[in-house]
Amino acid sequence: MHIYANPTRFLALAKWLMPLLFWCGLALSLGAIAWGLFVVPPDRLMGETVRILFIHVPAAWLGMGGWTGIAISSAMLLIWKHPLAALAARAIALPGMVFCAICLATGSIWGRPTWGTWWEWDGRLTSMLVLLFLYAGYIALTQAASREGTTPKIAAIFGLVGAINVPIINRSVVWWNSLHQPPSITMGKSAIDPAFLWPLMVAVLGFSLLFGGIVLMRMRALIAESQVEARLRRRALDDDAPLGAAAAMERA
Amino acid sequence: MREELAQWDFVILAYAVGLIALAGLSIWAWRAMVRAEAKRDATRRR
Repeated sequence: MHIYANPTRFLALAKWLMPLLFWCGLALSLGAIAWGLFVVPPDRLMGETVRILFIHVPAAWLGMGGWTGIAISSAMLLIWKHPLAALAARAIALPGMVFCAICLATGSIWGRPTWGTWWEWDGRLTSMLVLLFLYAGYIALTQAASREGTTPKIAAIFGLVGAINVPIINRSVVWWNSLHQPPSITMGKSAIDPAFLWPLMVAVLGFSLLFGGIVLMRMRALIAESQVEARLRRRALDDDAPLGAAAAMERA
Repeated sequence: MREELAQWDFVILAYAVGLIALAGLSIWAWRAMVRAEAKRDATRRR
């Protein structure tokens, strides 16, 4: 991992990996959506609305996976002071928040015909909403640190502490009574029929690759912005140097 | 009494929300990257 502490080396990797992840992810996601919308049969209980599964579940997975990525990057920043860790965490935050919002919105739309309500203040929905607010808080903290030109240590601590919410979201349907169904996929076991499971797996893989591609786009943008900032700062220092020398000579 | 709802309307709405949000995020991230890298290259040339 420390090999990529050098931004030039990381950019060389990101330049070919980003389009590969993005386009493969887009193709797989669109394929899985078409499979889910037009091939998969309606469910015995949920009817046609089961098709929302193929966008809702990948969005939930990436909403939680995004925060796990922020927590890992935050740990790398605090422990090893990895130069790209702060950038990686910042790059993950907005895509993670968007996927979390998609999960909440599609879940709410799914809830209306199946549960008879758009929203229920139960453990799963509330903890997912908390995750959305955590993302918003994290983005605000990193932007404040970026404006002040400091290392986002407070944001990194926030990223680590906020990770407590991820297992809470995962276990919420087991710990508390909920309208939301219990986990259908556990370690090595699945209660989902293969007709739904396979397109779901393709959708999760496709959206994950797409997420990776978007995060790499954000990282490339953030690296370019920091390089511009560093160059302008260096130029300003170079411009000030002769004046500083002249003032020192005057004082002498 | 059970309320009968057009299920496909909810499916279409869910996909529309999800895909519009994803398209928006992808286009914004792409444009931000292209703009930032162009600015960096322009600063290098100056």
